[in-house]
Amino acid sequence: MKSRTLKRHFTEAFKSLGRNGWMSFASVSAVTVTLLLVGVFLVVLLNLNHLAGQIEGDVEIRAYIDRTTKQTEYADLQQKMEQIPNVNEVKFQSKEDGLKELIKSLGDEGKAFSSLKKENPLPDAYIIKTKKPQDTASVASEIEKFDHIKKVDYGQGTVERLFKVTSVARNVGIVLIVGLIFTAMFLISNTIKLTIVSRRKEIEIMKLVGATNGFIRWPFFIEGFVLGVLGAVIPILVVVFGYEFLHGSVNNQLDTVFVKLMPVYPMVLQLSALLAIIGGLIGVWGSMTSVRKFLRV
Amino acid sequence: MIEMKDVWKTYPNGVMALNGIDIYIDKGEFVYVVGPSGAGKSTFIKCMYREEKPTKGSILIQGTDLAKLRERNIPKMRRKIGVVFQDFKLLPKLTVYENVAFALEVIEESPKVIRQRVMEVLDLVRLKNKARSFPDELSGGEQQRVSIARSIVNHPPVIIADEPTGNLDPETAWEIMDIFKEINERGTTVVMATHNKDIVNSFQKRVIAIEDGRIVRDEQKGEYGYEV
Ligand SMILES: Nc1ncnc2c1ncn2[C@@H]1O[C@H](COP(=O)(O)OP(=O)(O)OP(=O)(O)O)[C@@H](O)[C@H]1O
Ligand SMILES: [Mg+2]
Repeated sequence: MKSRTLKRHFTEAFKSLGRNGWMSFASVSAVTVTLLLVGVFLVVLLNLNHLAGQIEGDVEIRAYIDRTTKQTEYADLQQKMEQIPNVNEVKFQSKEDGLKELIKSLGDEGKAFSSLKKENPLPDAYIIKTKKPQDTASVASEIEKFDHIKKVDYGQGTVERLFKVTSVARNVGIVLIVGLIFTAMFLISNTIKLTIVSRRKEIEIMKLVGATNGFIRWPFFIEGFVLGVLGAVIPILVVVFGYEFLHGSVNNQLDTVFVKLMPVYPMVLQLSALLAIIGGLIGVWGSMTSVRKFLRV
Repeated sequence: MIEMKDVWKTYPNGVMALNGIDIYIDKGEFVYVVGPSGAGKSTFIKCMYREEKPTKGSILIQGTDLAKLRERNIPKMRRKIGVVFQDFKLLPKLTVYENVAFALEVIEESPKVIRQRVMEVLDLVRLKNKARSFPDELSGGEQQRVSIARSIVNHPPVIIADEPTGNLDPETAWEIMDIFKEINERGTTVVMATHNKDIVNSFQKRVIAIEDGRIVRDEQKGEYGYEV
C-alpha cells in the first residue's frame, strides 16, 4: 500500500465518522457507558485488593525465647531464622521493649502494669516477617521446631480465616471483571455492528467498483479504533478526577483504622492507558468482525 | 475479449434467468443488448463482472476464466471493466466528486491525477457544478451520469452499461451516447443493454436480442426490433 493510500484511509475514516454522525455517537456512547462501569469497578477492586494487602501485611510472627537461653545462642538462633527460605526480616525485641509496647497498646489500663517493670513477666522475642503473608503459617511451624523457642504466636486461626476471605474476594473480583469486560465487548460490538450493517450496501458497491477487501477494511479499522478511544475519554476523566477527589476526601478518615487507599498516581495513569487500550481494541474488533461478513461479494 | 460458453443462471428463488448463452464479443466492438423486461439482460451483464455467478457454463474476460479466478484477483478484474449499473450504485455518503474519485483511489492513483481526471469526466457528463452534491440531492438522470463518469474515469478496456440512458431526456441521452461513441472509437469495447429504440436504430451497431434467457437474434448493424 502506498503511503498516500494510507493517508486516504485516514481521511476517509474521519469523514465517515462525521457523516455517520448519529451512528458514531451511538457507538461512542456504548463504549463510554461500558468503560465507565469497567473503570469504576477496577478502581474499587484495586483498592479492595490494596486494603487486603495492607491487612495481610500486618501479619507477623512472634517467637518467644526460653529464659534459659544463653546470650551466645541468640545470634545463632536469629541466623537460623533468617535462613528459612520465605523469611523476609527478623527483628529482635527485648523483653523490656516488649513490655513497653504492651503498655502502650493498652493505653490507660496499661498503666497498671507499670509496676511490673521490675519483675518483667515477658520473655525476649523475635518478630519475623515473611516475604508473602500466605507463608506465615508454614514459617511459624518451622520456627516452632527450633531449640530455645518457648512459644510461637501469629494469631493462629484468625490469620488463616483472613487469608481465606481475601483470596475468595480476589477471585470473585477477577470473575466479575472478566464478566464485565465480556459484557462490554458484546454491547459495543453490537452497536458497532448496527452501524456497519447499515453500510452493507456501501461495502458491496465498493467491491463491485474494484476495491480490494483490504482497501475497504482500512477505514473501518481506523474508524473502529477512533470510536473506541473516543469512548474511553469520559471514563478516563471520571476515573482520574473522581479518584483524585475520593482519595483526597476519604484517605484521612481511613487513617484512624490504619489503612490507606491506593495512591492516586501511578494507578490512575495505568488505568487510563488500560481503558484506552480496551476501548481501541474493542472498537477495532467490533468493526472488523462486522465488516468481514459483507466482504464476500 | 468477452466470451460466454453455454452459460446458465438460475436464481436461488428458482427463476431461470439465463438458459444457455453462447456469445463472443471482440475487442473494440459496440454491442447493444435488447429484449423485453425480465428477459435476462441485466443478469447477462452481471455475470460479466461477477456480481452474479453462473450456475453452469464458462465466461472468459480477456482470456481469464471467471470461474477459475481467485477471490483476491476479482477486484483487479473488475477494474478492467467499467460498469454503469442499472440502479446506479452510488455511495450515498460520498459526494459526486468522491464517488467518481473512488474508482481511481482503488488503483492508488496520485491525488493530482485523480483531481484532474475526475474534473475531466464530470465536465464530460456535464456535472461539474454538482461535484459537491450528495447522490440523494440529485435527479435520477444526474445520478445515472455520475455512474457513467465513474465507469469511464479509469479508462477501462471494457465498458458495460445497463440502460445508461434509461432516466435521461432524449437530448441528454444523445449526449451520453456521444461519450460512449467516442470512447468506443478510442478502442474501448462497449456493451450496452437498452430499451432505447431511437438510439439503436439511428446509431446502428451489433444487436443481441435476449428473450427468456436465450439469444434469439444477433446481427451486425441491427435494429431494435421491438415496438415501444
Ligand atoms: N437477484 C435476483 N433474484 C431472483 N430473481 C432475479 C434476480 N434478479 C433478476 N431476477 C429475475 O431474473 C429474470 C431476469 O431479470 P433481469 O434483471 O436480468 O432482466 P432484464 O432483462 O434486465 O429486465 P429489465 O429490462 O427490466 O432490466 C427476471 O425474471 C427477474 O425477476
Ligand atoms: Mg435490467
